[in-house]
Amino acid sequence: MLDARGLACPIPVIRTQQAIQEASPESLEVLVDNRPAKENVTRFATRAGYSVSVTALEDGEFALLLTKNG
Amino acid sequence: MKKDNFLRSNWLLILCGLVIGAAAVVLGYHGNPGNMGFCVACFLRDIAGSLRLQTTGPQYFRPEIVGIVVGACIMAFAGKEFKAKGGSSPVTRFFLGVFVAIGALVFLGCPLRMIIRIGSGDLNAVIGLVGFIVGILVGVVFLKKGFSLKRAYKQSVTEGLAFPAAFLVLFILSVATGLFSQSESGPGSMAAAIPLALVVGLIVGALAQRSRLCMAGGIRDAVMFKSFGLIAAFGAILVAVLAGNLLLGNGLHFSFDNQPIAHKDFLWNFLSMLLVGWGCILLGGCPLRQLVLAGEGNGDSAITVIGMLAGAALSHGFNLASSVKGPTHYGKIAVIAGLVVVAFVSFTNRKGD
Repeated sequence: MLDARGLACPIPVIRTQQAIQEASPESLEVLVDNRPAKENVTRFATRAGYSVSVTALEDGEFALLLTKNG
Repeated sequence: MKKDNFLRSNWLLILCGLVIGAAAVVLGYHGNPGNMGFCVACFLRDIAGSLRLQTTGPQYFRPEIVGIVVGACIMAFAGKEFKAKGGSSPVTRFFLGVFVAIGALVFLGCPLRMIIRIGSGDLNAVIGLVGFIVGILVGVVFLKKGFSLKRAYKQSVTEGLAFPAAFLVLFILSVATGLFSQSESGPGSMAAAIPLALVVGLIVGALAQRSRLCMAGGIRDAVMFKSFGLIAAFGAILVAVLAGNLLLGNGLHFSFDNQPIAHKDFLWNFLSMLLVGWGCILLGGCPLRQLVLAGEGNGDSAITVIGMLAGAALSHGFNLASSVKGPTHYGKIAVIAGLVVVAFVSFTNRKGD
Protein backbone atom coordinates (compact mmCIF):
# COMPACT_ATOMS: atom_id res chain seq x y z
CA MET A 1 0.00 0.00 0.00
CA LEU A 2 1.20 3.48 -0.86
CA ASP A 3 0.16 6.28 1.48
CA ALA A 4 0.36 9.52 -0.51
CA ARG A 5 -1.96 11.50 1.75
CA GLY A 6 -0.85 15.04 2.52
CA LEU A 7 1.76 15.10 -0.23
CA ALA A 8 1.69 18.00 -2.66
CA CYS A 9 1.24 17.46 -6.38
CA PRO A 10 2.87 15.83 -8.29
CA ILE A 11 4.52 13.70 -5.60
CA PRO A 12 1.64 11.17 -5.32
CA VAL A 13 2.02 10.45 -9.04
CA ILE A 14 5.82 10.16 -8.77
CA ARG A 15 5.53 7.71 -5.87
CA THR A 16 3.01 5.65 -7.85
CA GLN A 17 5.27 5.71 -10.88
CA GLN A 18 8.23 4.53 -8.81
CA ALA A 19 6.25 1.76 -7.15
CA ILE A 20 5.07 0.51 -10.54
CA GLN A 21 8.51 0.74 -12.13
CA GLU A 22 10.31 -0.99 -9.27
CA ALA A 23 8.07 -3.99 -8.74
CA SER A 24 5.50 -3.95 -11.56
CA PRO A 25 2.93 -5.22 -9.02
CA GLU A 26 -0.25 -7.02 -10.04
CA SER A 27 -2.16 -4.64 -7.82
CA LEU A 28 -1.38 -1.61 -5.70
CA GLU A 29 -3.48 0.42 -3.31
CA VAL A 30 -2.80 4.16 -3.25
CA LEU A 31 -4.27 6.51 -0.63
CA VAL A 32 -4.67 10.17 -1.53
CA ASP A 33 -6.43 13.05 0.20
CA ASN A 34 -7.46 15.39 -2.57
CA ARG A 35 -9.22 15.27 -5.91
CA PRO A 36 -6.38 16.55 -8.12
CA ALA A 37 -4.14 13.76 -6.75
CA LYS A 38 -6.90 11.22 -7.38
CA GLU A 39 -7.33 12.46 -10.95
CA ASN A 40 -3.59 12.59 -11.65
CA VAL A 41 -2.78 9.15 -10.20
CA THR A 42 -5.75 7.66 -12.09
CA ARG A 43 -4.66 9.23 -15.36
CA PHE A 44 -1.10 8.03 -14.90
CA ALA A 45 -2.05 4.48 -13.86
CA THR A 46 -4.47 4.10 -16.77
CA ARG A 47 -1.72 5.01 -19.20
CA ALA A 48 0.70 2.65 -17.43
CA GLY A 49 -1.66 -0.26 -18.15
CA TYR A 50 -3.62 -0.47 -14.91
CA SER A 51 -7.31 -0.24 -14.29
CA VAL A 52 -8.32 1.89 -11.32
CA SER A 53 -11.22 1.53 -8.94
CA VAL A 54 -11.83 4.43 -6.61
CA THR A 55 -13.36 4.23 -3.15
CA ALA A 56 -14.25 7.50 -1.45
CA LEU A 57 -13.26 7.46 2.22
CA GLU A 58 -14.07 9.92 5.00
CA ASP A 59 -12.67 13.46 5.03
CA GLY A 60 -12.33 13.67 1.26
CA GLU A 61 -9.74 10.92 1.10
CA PHE A 62 -9.70 8.30 -1.64
CA ALA A 63 -8.42 4.75 -1.85
CA LEU A 64 -7.36 3.88 -5.39
CA LEU A 65 -7.02 0.21 -6.21
CA LEU A 66 -4.75 -0.21 -9.23
CA THR A 67 -4.99 -3.58 -10.99
CA LYS A 68 -2.78 -4.60 -13.88
CA ASN A 69 -4.71 -5.06 -17.13
CA GLY A 70 -4.76 -8.42 -18.92
CA MET B 1 -9.53 10.71 -32.63
CA LYS B 2 -6.69 11.24 -30.24
CA LYS B 3 -7.05 14.98 -30.67
CA ASP B 4 -10.75 14.78 -29.81
CA ASN B 5 -9.96 12.96 -26.59
CA PHE B 6 -7.34 15.54 -25.74
CA LEU B 7 -9.79 18.39 -26.22
CA ARG B 8 -12.54 16.59 -24.35
CA SER B 9 -10.39 15.93 -21.29
CA ASN B 10 -8.68 19.32 -21.29
CA TRP B 11 -11.39 21.72 -22.46
CA LEU B 12 -11.68 23.35 -19.05
CA LEU B 13 -7.95 24.05 -18.88
CA ILE B 14 -7.96 25.49 -22.39
CA LEU B 15 -11.04 27.61 -21.63
CA CYS B 16 -9.38 28.82 -18.43
CA GLY B 17 -6.24 29.74 -20.38
CA LEU B 18 -8.25 31.65 -22.98
CA VAL B 19 -10.20 33.52 -20.27
CA ILE B 20 -7.02 34.47 -18.40
CA GLY B 21 -5.37 35.69 -21.58
CA ALA B 22 -8.45 37.69 -22.56
CA ALA B 23 -8.78 39.03 -19.02
CA ALA B 24 -5.20 40.25 -19.09
CA VAL B 25 -5.76 42.17 -22.30
CA VAL B 26 -9.07 43.63 -21.05
CA LEU B 27 -7.52 44.74 -17.75
CA GLY B 28 -4.58 46.27 -19.58
CA TYR B 29 -6.99 48.08 -21.92
CA HIS B 30 -8.93 49.39 -18.92
CA GLY B 31 -5.99 50.88 -17.13
CA ASN B 32 -3.65 48.25 -15.69
CA PRO B 33 0.06 48.84 -16.44
CA GLY B 34 1.45 47.84 -19.85
CA ASN B 35 1.66 44.11 -20.57
CA MET B 36 0.61 43.61 -16.95
CA GLY B 37 -3.04 42.71 -17.19
CA PHE B 38 -2.27 40.12 -14.61
CA CYS B 39 0.92 39.61 -12.65
CA VAL B 40 0.77 37.86 -9.32
CA ALA B 41 4.24 38.95 -8.21
CA CYS B 42 3.75 42.58 -9.27
CA PHE B 43 0.31 42.76 -7.70
CA LEU B 44 1.53 41.27 -4.42
CA ARG B 45 4.28 43.89 -4.53
CA ASP B 46 1.64 46.59 -5.01
CA ILE B 47 -0.33 45.18 -2.06
CA ALA B 48 2.84 45.11 0.07
CA GLY B 49 3.18 48.79 -0.85
CA SER B 50 -0.41 49.63 0.05
CA LEU B 51 0.12 47.97 3.44
CA ARG B 52 3.33 50.04 3.75
CA LEU B 53 5.53 46.97 4.00
CA GLN B 54 7.53 48.83 1.36
CA THR B 55 7.34 52.56 0.69
CA THR B 56 9.63 53.01 -2.31
CA GLY B 57 7.74 50.98 -4.94
CA PRO B 58 4.20 50.94 -6.35
CA GLN B 59 1.38 50.95 -3.79
CA TYR B 60 -2.14 49.70 -4.49
CA PHE B 61 -4.35 47.03 -2.96
CA ARG B 62 -5.01 45.08 -6.18
CA PRO B 63 -8.57 43.70 -6.23
CA GLU B 64 -7.52 41.02 -8.75
CA ILE B 65 -5.54 39.15 -6.08
CA VAL B 66 -8.44 39.20 -3.61
CA GLY B 67 -10.72 38.04 -6.42
CA ILE B 68 -8.51 35.06 -7.23
CA VAL B 69 -8.29 33.93 -3.59
CA VAL B 70 -11.97 34.45 -2.84
CA GLY B 71 -13.12 33.07 -6.21
CA ALA B 72 -11.09 29.91 -5.62
CA CYS B 73 -12.47 29.69 -2.07
CA ILE B 74 -16.12 29.95 -3.19
CA MET B 75 -15.57 27.45 -6.01
CA ALA B 76 -13.82 25.04 -3.62
CA PHE B 77 -16.79 25.18 -1.24
CA ALA B 78 -19.24 24.73 -4.12
CA GLY B 79 -17.34 21.69 -5.36
CA LYS B 80 -16.80 20.28 -1.85
CA GLU B 81 -13.05 20.64 -2.35
CA PHE B 82 -12.34 23.11 0.43
CA LYS B 83 -9.91 21.36 2.74
CA ALA B 84 -8.07 23.00 5.59
CA LYS B 85 -4.62 21.49 5.73
CA GLY B 86 -1.07 22.51 6.47
CA GLY B 87 2.15 21.64 8.19
CA SER B 88 4.31 20.71 5.21
CA SER B 89 7.56 22.57 6.04
CA PRO B 90 5.91 26.00 6.43
CA VAL B 91 9.09 27.92 7.26
CA THR B 92 10.91 26.49 4.25
CA ARG B 93 7.91 27.39 2.11
CA PHE B 94 7.91 30.94 3.48
CA PHE B 95 11.51 31.47 2.38
CA LEU B 96 10.95 29.81 -0.99
CA GLY B 97 8.07 32.27 -1.44
CA VAL B 98 10.40 35.15 -0.54
CA PHE B 99 12.92 34.13 -3.20
CA VAL B 100 10.32 33.33 -5.87
CA ALA B 101 9.00 36.89 -5.45
CA ILE B 102 12.50 38.37 -5.56
CA GLY B 103 13.32 36.37 -8.71
CA ALA B 104 10.09 37.47 -10.35
CA LEU B 105 10.74 41.13 -9.52
CA VAL B 106 14.29 40.98 -10.88
CA PHE B 107 12.80 39.58 -14.10
CA LEU B 108 9.79 41.93 -13.76
CA GLY B 109 6.96 39.44 -13.81
CA CYS B 110 5.62 36.18 -12.46
CA PRO B 111 5.30 33.22 -14.87
CA LEU B 112 1.85 34.46 -15.85
CA ARG B 113 3.07 37.93 -16.80
CA MET B 114 5.97 36.25 -18.59
CA ILE B 115 3.48 34.64 -21.00
CA ILE B 116 1.50 37.87 -21.27
CA ARG B 117 4.73 39.69 -22.14
CA ILE B 118 5.58 37.11 -24.81
CA GLY B 119 2.07 37.39 -26.23
CA SER B 120 2.56 41.15 -26.46
CA GLY B 121 5.78 40.81 -28.42
CA ASP B 122 8.33 41.25 -25.63
CA LEU B 123 11.23 38.98 -26.62
CA ASN B 124 13.03 39.56 -23.31
CA ALA B 125 10.32 37.38 -21.80
CA VAL B 126 11.33 34.56 -24.15
CA ILE B 127 14.75 34.62 -22.47
CA GLY B 128 12.91 34.48 -19.14
CA LEU B 129 10.89 31.50 -20.40
CA VAL B 130 14.09 29.63 -21.27
CA GLY B 131 15.38 30.27 -17.75
CA PHE B 132 12.02 29.24 -16.27
CA ILE B 133 12.09 25.94 -18.22
CA VAL B 134 15.67 25.23 -17.12
CA GLY B 135 14.69 25.92 -13.50
CA ILE B 136 11.76 23.51 -13.82
CA LEU B 137 13.99 20.82 -15.30
CA VAL B 138 16.43 21.17 -12.41
CA GLY B 139 13.52 20.93 -9.96
CA VAL B 140 12.21 17.83 -11.76
CA VAL B 141 15.57 16.10 -11.25
CA PHE B 142 15.13 16.53 -7.49
CA LEU B 143 11.47 15.44 -7.62
CA LYS B 144 12.61 12.24 -9.31
CA LYS B 145 15.18 11.73 -6.57
CA GLY B 146 12.37 11.78 -4.02
CA PHE B 147 12.22 15.48 -3.08
CA SER B 148 9.33 16.36 -0.80
CA LEU B 149 8.62 19.04 1.80
CA LYS B 150 6.89 16.30 3.82
CA ARG B 151 3.21 15.72 4.19
CA ALA B 152 0.52 18.14 5.26
CA TYR B 153 -2.11 17.32 7.86
CA LYS B 154 -5.73 18.21 8.32
CA GLN B 155 -6.33 21.51 10.12
CA SER B 156 -9.39 23.27 11.53
CA VAL B 157 -11.73 25.16 9.20
CA THR B 158 -10.74 28.36 11.04
CA GLU B 159 -7.13 27.78 10.05
CA GLY B 160 -8.13 27.10 6.45
CA LEU B 161 -10.30 30.21 6.23
CA ALA B 162 -7.86 32.53 8.02
CA PHE B 163 -6.01 33.60 4.90
CA PRO B 164 -8.95 34.14 2.49
CA ALA B 165 -10.89 35.91 5.27
CA ALA B 166 -7.99 38.19 6.21
CA PHE B 167 -7.43 39.14 2.57
CA LEU B 168 -11.11 39.90 2.12
CA VAL B 169 -11.18 42.10 5.24
CA LEU B 170 -8.05 43.99 4.13
CA PHE B 171 -9.61 44.52 0.72
CA ILE B 172 -12.82 45.91 2.23
CA LEU B 173 -10.72 48.22 4.39
CA SER B 174 -8.78 49.34 1.32
CA VAL B 175 -12.00 50.30 -0.47
CA ALA B 176 -13.95 51.68 2.49
CA THR B 177 -11.22 53.66 4.26
CA GLY B 178 -8.18 55.69 3.40
CA LEU B 179 -6.06 53.49 5.63
CA PHE B 180 -3.83 52.09 2.91
CA SER B 181 -1.51 53.87 0.53
CA GLN B 182 -1.96 54.27 -3.18
CA SER B 183 0.64 55.60 -5.61
CA GLU B 184 -0.19 58.83 -7.34
CA SER B 185 2.04 58.11 -10.31
CA GLY B 186 3.78 55.14 -11.92
CA PRO B 187 2.51 51.56 -12.17
CA GLY B 188 0.80 51.67 -8.75
CA SER B 189 -1.49 54.43 -9.99
CA MET B 190 -2.44 52.58 -13.15
CA ALA B 191 -5.45 50.41 -12.48
CA ALA B 192 -8.65 49.10 -13.99
CA ALA B 193 -11.84 50.08 -12.13
CA ILE B 194 -12.24 48.18 -8.85
CA PRO B 195 -15.47 46.29 -9.76
CA LEU B 196 -14.01 45.13 -13.08
CA ALA B 197 -10.72 44.04 -11.49
CA LEU B 198 -12.54 42.23 -8.70
CA VAL B 199 -14.99 40.40 -10.98
CA VAL B 200 -12.23 39.35 -13.37
CA GLY B 201 -10.22 38.09 -10.39
CA LEU B 202 -13.20 36.11 -9.08
CA ILE B 203 -13.79 34.47 -12.47
CA VAL B 204 -10.11 33.61 -12.92
CA GLY B 205 -9.83 32.27 -9.37
CA ALA B 206 -12.92 30.09 -9.80
CA LEU B 207 -11.83 28.74 -13.18
CA ALA B 208 -8.25 28.16 -12.03
CA GLN B 209 -9.54 26.25 -9.00
CA ARG B 210 -11.68 23.95 -11.15
CA SER B 211 -9.06 23.43 -13.84
CA ARG B 212 -5.96 23.22 -11.52
CA LEU B 213 -4.19 25.63 -13.86
CA CYS B 214 -0.50 26.12 -13.08
CA MET B 215 2.23 27.74 -15.12
CA ALA B 216 5.04 25.62 -13.66
CA GLY B 217 3.00 22.41 -13.61
CA GLY B 218 2.47 22.53 -17.39
CA ILE B 219 6.12 22.17 -18.27
CA ARG B 220 6.74 19.79 -15.35
CA ASP B 221 3.94 17.37 -16.30
CA ALA B 222 4.87 17.46 -19.98
CA VAL B 223 8.44 16.45 -19.08
CA MET B 224 7.69 13.98 -16.29
CA PHE B 225 4.46 12.28 -17.36
CA LYS B 226 4.00 13.22 -21.04
CA SER B 227 0.80 14.88 -19.88
CA PHE B 228 0.00 17.94 -21.97
CA GLY B 229 -3.22 19.38 -20.55
CA LEU B 230 -1.64 22.07 -18.39
CA ILE B 231 0.80 23.12 -21.07
CA ALA B 232 -2.15 23.49 -23.46
CA ALA B 233 -3.56 26.08 -21.05
CA PHE B 234 -0.21 27.84 -21.19
CA GLY B 235 -0.57 27.97 -24.98
CA ALA B 236 -4.18 29.13 -24.71
CA ILE B 237 -3.14 32.15 -22.62
CA LEU B 238 -0.56 33.05 -25.23
CA VAL B 239 -3.06 32.71 -28.10
CA ALA B 240 -5.68 34.81 -26.29
CA VAL B 241 -3.19 37.58 -25.51
CA LEU B 242 -1.92 37.66 -29.10
CA ALA B 243 -5.48 37.71 -30.47
CA GLY B 244 -6.59 40.30 -27.93
CA ASN B 245 -3.73 42.63 -28.78
CA LEU B 246 -4.50 42.33 -32.49
CA LEU B 247 -8.23 42.91 -31.95
CA LEU B 248 -7.62 46.00 -29.86
CA GLY B 249 -5.22 47.29 -32.49
CA ASN B 250 -2.38 47.42 -29.98
CA GLY B 251 -0.13 46.00 -32.67
CA LEU B 252 2.61 43.53 -31.93
CA HIS B 253 6.12 44.80 -31.74
CA PHE B 254 8.32 41.75 -31.54
CA SER B 255 11.52 43.16 -30.17
CA PHE B 256 13.81 43.38 -27.18
CA ASP B 257 13.67 47.17 -27.10
CA ASN B 258 11.27 49.60 -25.46
CA GLN B 259 8.96 47.00 -23.96
CA PRO B 260 6.68 48.21 -21.15
CA ILE B 261 8.06 47.58 -17.66
CA ALA B 262 10.81 45.25 -18.83
CA HIS B 263 14.59 45.29 -19.09
CA LYS B 264 16.80 43.56 -21.62
CA ASP B 265 19.60 42.09 -19.57
CA PHE B 266 19.76 38.54 -21.00
CA LEU B 267 21.73 36.93 -18.20
CA TRP B 268 19.57 38.23 -15.36
CA ASN B 269 16.29 37.65 -17.19
CA PHE B 270 17.47 34.07 -17.57
CA LEU B 271 18.83 33.52 -14.03
CA SER B 272 15.96 35.24 -12.22
CA MET B 273 13.36 33.08 -13.97
CA LEU B 274 15.51 29.99 -13.43
CA LEU B 275 15.21 30.77 -9.72
CA VAL B 276 11.43 31.22 -10.08
CA GLY B 277 11.00 27.97 -12.02
CA TRP B 278 13.08 25.91 -9.61
CA GLY B 279 11.39 27.45 -6.57
CA CYS B 280 7.90 26.87 -8.01
CA ILE B 281 8.64 23.18 -8.58
CA LEU B 282 9.78 22.76 -4.98
CA LEU B 283 6.62 24.56 -3.83
CA GLY B 284 4.41 22.42 -6.08
CA GLY B 285 3.00 25.31 -8.08
CA CYS B 286 3.42 28.78 -9.57
CA PRO B 287 2.38 31.97 -7.71
CA LEU B 288 -1.11 31.85 -9.26
CA ARG B 289 -1.58 28.25 -8.13
CA GLN B 290 -0.41 29.21 -4.61
CA LEU B 291 -3.13 31.88 -4.43
CA VAL B 292 -5.75 29.37 -5.56
CA LEU B 293 -4.61 26.69 -3.10
CA ALA B 294 -4.57 29.28 -0.30
CA GLY B 295 -8.22 29.94 -1.19
CA GLU B 296 -8.94 26.20 -0.93
CA GLY B 297 -7.78 26.19 2.69
CA ASN B 298 -4.18 25.13 2.12
CA GLY B 299 -2.18 26.83 4.89
CA ASP B 300 1.14 25.87 3.30
CA SER B 301 0.20 27.87 0.23
CA ALA B 302 -1.07 30.72 2.41
CA ILE B 303 2.32 30.93 4.12
CA THR B 304 3.97 30.81 0.68
CA VAL B 305 1.88 33.80 -0.44
CA ILE B 306 2.81 35.63 2.77
CA GLY B 307 6.44 34.79 1.94
CA MET B 308 5.95 36.26 -1.53
CA LEU B 309 4.47 39.42 0.04
CA ALA B 310 7.55 39.66 2.27
CA GLY B 311 9.87 38.99 -0.68
CA ALA B 312 8.13 41.68 -2.70
CA ALA B 313 8.45 44.14 0.18
CA LEU B 314 12.15 43.33 0.59
CA SER B 315 12.65 43.72 -3.17
CA HIS B 316 11.67 47.37 -2.98
CA GLY B 317 12.88 48.12 0.53
CA PHE B 318 16.38 46.96 -0.37
CA ASN B 319 16.44 47.96 -4.04
CA LEU B 320 16.48 44.38 -5.35
CA ALA B 321 13.72 44.83 -7.95
CA SER B 322 14.80 45.71 -11.46
CA SER B 323 13.69 48.79 -13.35
CA VAL B 324 13.48 49.41 -17.09
CA LYS B 325 17.16 50.32 -16.83
CA GLY B 326 18.00 46.78 -15.78
CA PRO B 327 18.75 44.69 -12.71
CA THR B 328 20.36 46.30 -9.66
CA HIS B 329 23.60 45.25 -8.01
CA TYR B 330 21.72 44.01 -4.94
CA GLY B 331 19.11 42.29 -7.08
CA LYS B 332 21.83 40.19 -8.69
CA ILE B 333 23.24 39.24 -5.30
CA ALA B 334 19.75 38.32 -4.09
CA VAL B 335 19.14 36.06 -7.10
CA ILE B 336 22.44 34.24 -6.47
CA ALA B 337 21.54 33.92 -2.79
CA GLY B 338 18.13 32.58 -3.84
CA LEU B 339 19.72 29.97 -6.09
CA VAL B 340 21.95 28.85 -3.20
CA VAL B 341 18.90 28.57 -0.93
CA VAL B 342 16.78 26.56 -3.40
CA ALA B 343 19.77 24.29 -4.08
CA PHE B 344 20.23 23.74 -0.34
CA VAL B 345 16.51 23.03 0.15
CA SER B 346 16.57 20.65 -2.83
CA PHE B 347 19.56 18.66 -1.57
CA THR B 348 18.47 18.45 2.04
CA ASN B 349 14.90 17.33 1.27
CA ARG B 350 15.76 14.73 -1.35
CA LYS B 351 14.39 11.91 0.77
CA GLY B 352 11.52 13.94 2.12
CA ASP B 353 9.60 11.35 4.09
